Amino acid sequence: MYGYSGKILHVDLTNRTVRTERKPEDWYRTYIGGVAMAARLCWENIEVGCDPLSPGNPICIANGLFAGTPVPVGGKYGIAAKSPLTGFLGDSMSSSWFTVALKRAGWDGIVIHGASDEWVYVFIDDDRVEFRDASRLLGVDALAAGEVIREELGDDQVRSATIGPAGEKMVLMANVTNDSRQAGRTGHGAVWGSKKLKAVSVRGTHGVRVADPDALLKLCFDITEAAQGPYTQKYRILGTVSNVLNMNRLGLLPTRNYQQGVFEDAELVSGEYLHEHHKAKTLACAQCPIACEQMSRVTDGPYAGAIAGVEYESLYAVAPNCGLNDMRAAIKVIEVCDKGGMDTMSTGVTISWAMETFERGIFTKEDFKCAKYPEGFEPYFGNGEAAVTLAEMIRDREGIGDLLAQGTKRASAQVDAERGTETYKWAMHIKGLECPGYDARGLKTFALGLAVSTRGACHNRTAAYDPDIQGEVDRFSVDETRGELAKDTEEYAAVYDTLPLCKFIRRCFTGKADRAGAWPSIAKLINATTGWNFGYDDVDLIGERAHTIKKAFNIREGWTRKDDHLPYRWMHEPMKEGASAGHVVSEEELEYMKDLYYKAKGWTKDGLIPKEKLIALGMEDVAEEIGV
Amino acid sequence: MPTSTSKYQYVANDPDKCVGCQFCEYICSYTKTGEFNTYRSRIRNVRIEPIVVMSIACRTCENAPCVIACPRKALTQSTETGIIKVDKDACDGCGWCIEACDFGAISINPETKMAEICDQCEDVEDGPQCVKWCPKDALTLGTADQFAQKVRKEAVSKLLQELLV
Repeated sequence: MYGYSGKILHVDLTNRTVRTERKPEDWYRTYIGGVAMAARLCWENIEVGCDPLSPGNPICIANGLFAGTPVPVGGKYGIAAKSPLTGFLGDSMSSSWFTVALKRAGWDGIVIHGASDEWVYVFIDDDRVEFRDASRLLGVDALAAGEVIREELGDDQVRSATIGPAGEKMVLMANVTNDSRQAGRTGHGAVWGSKKLKAVSVRGTHGVRVADPDALLKLCFDITEAAQGPYTQKYRILGTVSNVLNMNRLGLLPTRNYQQGVFEDAELVSGEYLHEHHKAKTLACAQCPIACEQMSRVTDGPYAGAIAGVEYESLYAVAPNCGLNDMRAAIKVIEVCDKGGMDTMSTGVTISWAMETFERGIFTKEDFKCAKYPEGFEPYFGNGEAAVTLAEMIRDREGIGDLLAQGTKRASAQVDAERGTETYKWAMHIKGLECPGYDARGLKTFALGLAVSTRGACHNRTAAYDPDIQGEVDRFSVDETRGELAKDTEEYAAVYDTLPLCKFIRRCFTGKADRAGAWPSIAKLINATTGWNFGYDDVDLIGERAHTIKKAFNIREGWTRKDDHLPYRWMHEPMKEGASAGHVVSEEELEYMKDLYYKAKGWTKDGLIPKEKLIALGMEDVAEEIGV
Repeated sequence: MPTSTSKYQYVANDPDKCVGCQFCEYICSYTKTGEFNTYRSRIRNVRIEPIVVMSIACRTCENAPCVIACPRKALTQSTETGIIKVDKDACDGCGWCIEACDFGAISINPETKMAEICDQCEDVEDGPQCVKWCPKDALTLGTADQFAQKVRKEAVSKLLQELLV
């Protein structure tokens, strides 16, 4: 096989043993890599029904097919485990030199079983695996841990995936971090913490073999050149933060815990403002010719010295959504999250829930006592120091941080049970995962995409905002096309998440990002790498299969139709002002769209997958377990 | 006397433009070894968190310290191009040249155990492949004097912008 080694490494932390599993070529053709392969490994290795923080939940890592080759934006891996936030599949993806090293070490993926008694890190040195004492690494922040390990092992080519202090404390929104990028959302860091696993470090010294390197290089050169032009300009110059003003104009910028879609101080927390006042350096992910990471620095005020890569999805959550108009505090919150190893989105949205709960008088100053403020503090919207302090308290599980470390779903349920309140009405999550930076009341197709997502409220797994924002459909109403659109956009995204390729490259193949524009070029990349003979339909199937294995996993873990929901606020409180004023997603609209979606997917009205559908996708063993 | 000044061309990196994608390492290793392996690259990208990033290759020093240091006379420098060649029969991989180099621009090939140094792809038709591939035009082949000329010109253009039509 080219592009793959054919080997999966199984690591057992309980017994400190390792074994090699060999997979046939057909298995790779079906699951490819990234998110789909990680999900499939999770399907094969989990103890069904287990507590996500128990030894029965495996950490499953799958390389990208193109990792270690010059394929632009192909240096990514997928990671999957049962999510402690959602109770369903937690699948994440990250750009990383870690996956490049893993590929060069001769492994296509890793499954980590069991749990260790002592803090440990796993060092994969080509085909040798070592369990190493991690006690010296405890408390080391997520951005520094990789370098500490490199120093310990004496090789600056060693690449690590690590957790930060938040993961060590099993904060449910903790990330896995590598080379200052994160496998975010869904709480992988907490799963690592539950296993006392601080890091996985890899040294890979072998070259990566591909079927036709000269053909591959030619393809890569052209894509790399196109990636310097207008198709990626938005990402290269301002980065994703350019969305702040765009979303504000559309009335979709989450503001004060999604109470509003317009932020009066949006200019002050815009990408343009960030670029002008705080930009320190633009960086690229592994093997990426676009480079969109805007490293931003605070030079004055109480947070001087803070430095962080600022993405839109971090910024909306900690700035407008917490009512902050001080970019310096926003950068500091993001830095606390990144160093702590926490998801900025879930952290920001959980803080905004706490702020609203405080403003409504349910929480009082007393509830916010901590070492830094022994008398407590008042976390009203716009209080930047409160946001910074709450992020630190969540990271350390200090005081009320212990409650908030569980995310909005559990925190609100606990408060409501203890105090007889209804804070769930402003807990902004789907399936337990906090909402992204687009208010779905003004994006009806996207609302469906989010509700049915296997991952919870994730904008990356559904691209259903696209037809809404591009004006292909009326974003404020629903019609019979929406089921098909949600299906098409989620499977489109799943192709990118499985190879994986960064979606920012999507227009660089031919100028057109749609299937007709991208799939033929992606097929060529696959074929030059593997020697296979993939065509348009084969590429298209990658997405449907990827999405199906994730859905199958959720069904086996007890998913039912009612789990495809939206936050109470989006269904009951019309937007107050701006371009999306007056809109809400009604129960009737949502249920209608869910019917359309399940039908478009070829599933039953209850959202279950027929046996014949699974067999047609080459998933006979899945059909036997969950097919109807 | 050893000196790091060079009158020769070398591959220089502009750290302001470099984004740390490591394409230079990929293409170098492929050009020189036929495989994609940053361990085999003769140009190395160095990253120091959070925002320092830069690539380094041989800077063709005059009276190159590595050449002088080699106890087996395995390294020779072209008087014409400044490119340093390693004699495969003479090099025994002792690493003395690596210690002598102020820039860490020499590596030991993990398989052959011999020193490897950037030769500016002198046998490749369109020159250094890292320069050709760098997506951000952060790599340039030139002499120190040429780099200075370029910077001077840019500085003057900025200073006297109003006179430029």
